[in-house]
Amino acid sequence: MIRFLIKGLFRDRHRSLFPVITVTVGVTITVVLHCWITGVMGDFIDFNARFTTGHVKVVTRAYAENLEQRPIDLALLDTKAIVDSLKEQWPGYDWVQRIGFGGILDAPDSLGETRAQGPAMGFGIDLLSPETDEIGRMGIRDGLASGKLPERPGDILISDQFAHHLGVGPGDRVTLLTSTMYGAMAMQNFTIAGTVNFGIELMDRGAMIADLSDMQATLDMQDAAGEILGIAKNHRYQETVLAQMSDAFNKQWTDPEDEFSAVMLPLYEQNNLKSLIEYTSGMIGLMIFVFVLAMCVVLWNAGLIGGLRRYGEIGVRLAIGENKGHLYRAMILESVAIGICGTIAGTAIGLGLSWLLQTYGINVGDVMKNATMMIPDTFRADITPPAYFIGFIPGLFATVVGTSLSGIGIYRRQTASLFKELEA
Amino acid sequence: MRNQRIIPAVLILAGICIAQTPDGNALLKKIDENMIARNKIITSRMIIHGRRGSRTIESRSWIQGAEKSFTEYLAPAREKGTKMLKLEDQLWTYTPSADRSIRISGHMLRQSVMGSDLSYEDMMEDPKLENLYDAAVVGEDTCLGRSCWVMELQAKVVDVAYHSRKIWIDKTRYNVLKEERYAKSGKLLKTTVISETMQVEGRWFAKRAVFKDVLNQGKGTEFILESLELDADIPDYIFSKAALRK
Repeated sequence: MIRFLIKGLFRDRHRSLFPVITVTVGVTITVVLHCWITGVMGDFIDFNARFTTGHVKVVTRAYAENLEQRPIDLALLDTKAIVDSLKEQWPGYDWVQRIGFGGILDAPDSLGETRAQGPAMGFGIDLLSPETDEIGRMGIRDGLASGKLPERPGDILISDQFAHHLGVGPGDRVTLLTSTMYGAMAMQNFTIAGTVNFGIELMDRGAMIADLSDMQATLDMQDAAGEILGIAKNHRYQETVLAQMSDAFNKQWTDPEDEFSAVMLPLYEQNNLKSLIEYTSGMIGLMIFVFVLAMCVVLWNAGLIGGLRRYGEIGVRLAIGENKGHLYRAMILESVAIGICGTIAGTAIGLGLSWLLQTYGINVGDVMKNATMMIPDTFRADITPPAYFIGFIPGLFATVVGTSLSGIGIYRRQTASLFKELEA
Repeated sequence: MRNQRIIPAVLILAGICIAQTPDGNALLKKIDENMIARNKIITSRMIIHGRRGSRTIESRSWIQGAEKSFTEYLAPAREKGTKMLKLEDQLWTYTPSADRSIRISGHMLRQSVMGSDLSYEDMMEDPKLENLYDAAVVGEDTCLGRSCWVMELQAKVVDVAYHSRKIWIDKTRYNVLKEERYAKSGKLLKTTVISETMQVEGRWFAKRAVFKDVLNQGKGTEFILESLELDADIPDYIFSKAALRK
C-alpha cells in the first residue's frame, strides 16, 4: 500500500510538489538557523577561552577578586609545579601561562630621547618555546600586517594601529616602561618583529605581545605568571566538566586562609560570562522554539490546505465506497512520506549551507569596529549532532499533525449528500 | 546694668580666643619656611610593606628649592642606578638596564613610585603649600606628645592632586606631624603619620613617617630619613638630563 501511495504522490505532482517544497524550505531554514546560532555562541565562548579566560583559569585567590584589572602584584608563584600537576591530571587540556600587564611604550629618536609614547596593553605569552601553540591560538599569524613573528628573545609584536601612532615599524627599538610584580619601576628595550591587526578595537589601539620569558625577567616574575589558562584540546565548552575540574582542583590547592593560594575558575565564572551565556542560551532556545513553532504552523497550514484542495477527490473516493478510516490512514501515510522526503531534502540543503557558513564564516569586523569588548571578527556556523534531526520536528511532526487535523473532516462527510456536494 | 558688664566681658574673651588662633595662611607660610631650604641633600630608606612582604629601598636625593630634584636609587641591586630627575613640572627616569631616560607623563604620573604608597604625582607636586591651598585652623590636638594646630586646606588652583588636606602642625616648630589627603568627592586617599622628628640647623623635619595609600591594600610605606644636609653645595650639572646617564 505504501508503494502504491508513493507512486500516486510521484505521478500527481499537485499532491506532492508544493507540500514537499514547503517542508524542504522550512526544514532548511530551521537547520541553518540552528547551526548558525550554535556556531556564533560557540565562537564567542571559544574566542574568550583562547584569548582571555581559558575554559578554566588558575590564579591566586587575591587575583581572582580583581580579575579584570590583571594585577601582576597578586600573581601566582611556583607556576611550573602547578602546570606540571595540571598536565598530569587533565591531559585533555592545553595548560599555558600568561601575564597581562600595562605600561608605556616609548619610541626614541636618533639621540635616544622620547619621540613618541603611548599606553600599552601587554600580553606575555609563550612565543618561543618549541612546543608552543600560542601564536596559532591567538590567531596572530593570520593578523600579521608587517614584519615577521618573533624569533628570538627581545622580539615583540605590537598592533599595527599602535605602530603607526608611535611611528615605528619592524626592526625598530622601543622601550617598555612598567612596574614589576613588586611595584618597582621596570624599563626594558625590545625590538619590534612585526605588527598585527587583531580585529579587536580594544587591542588594535595599543596591544603589545612579548615572549613569556622576557616578561618574567622584565617584571621580576621568575617562575611566576598572572594566570594559567586551561584550554580544551577539542574546543568543546562543557559546563559540568569544567565545574567538576574546578571543584577537584580547588579541594587540592585552595587554602581559604592564604590569599595567594591557587584557585581554578571555570570560564563561566569570569568576566560576568555566566549571566551572558545563560541569557544568550535562553534567547537562542527561545528563538529556535519560536521559529520551529512558526514552521509547525506553516506546515500544518500546508497540510490543511492540501486536505481542502483534495476535498473533491476525497468525496469521489468515499462515493465509490472507500472506507473512511482507510482514506484517513492513507492521507496520514502520504503526509509521512511528504514529511520524510521534505525533511531529508531540507536537512541536506540546510547542512550544505551550514557547512559553507562553517567553512567560510561571515566577517563582522566592520560592524564591530568600535567594540570595546573582545569579540571575534568572523562568526561561523557549527554543525552539531542535533542539526541532523532538528528538522524532523517541523518537517515531519507538523506536517503529519496538520494532515491528521484536516483529515478529521473525512468523518464528517455524509455519504447521502456526497453527490449533491459533487454536483455543486 | 548687669548686661552692660557682661557684653564687654564676652567680647574681650572672644577677642582673646581669636587672637590666640593663628591665621591659617600665615601658618602655611611658616610651614613652607621650615620645610623648604635653598638646597638639600637627603639620604633615606623606604620600607614598603606590600601584601606579599616588605622591601627596602635606599636612595639619595639632591633638591634645589621647590623646582629641581635629582634622586638616585642605591639599593636593592635591581633598583641600583635608577635615577629620577624633576625639573619644574617635568619628570624623567633612567634605568641602567635599558640605558634610556624616559619622560614620565600622563596617567603614569598616578602610578606608584617603586611600589610605595607615594605616586609620581606626589613627587611632582609643588612642595610650597601656600602656592596650592587656602588654609584655616579648625582646632587643636596632640600628636607625638606635642601640641598641634589642626588645619584644613582647600585647593585654590585647579591642577592639584588632592582637593583638600587636613594637617596637624606643631604649634611651635611648624612641622607637619600628621596629614590626611582627600579627593574632591571628600574620599580619603592618603594618610601620613610622623613617628619621629629631627632638628637640623634649627628646622624640624620628619625622621620617620608612615605613608598609606588608603585605596591600596598594602600595609603602608615607612620612610626613614638617614641624613639631611641643608644648604649644601650642589653642582648645576646634577639637575640636567646628562646627569641621568652618569
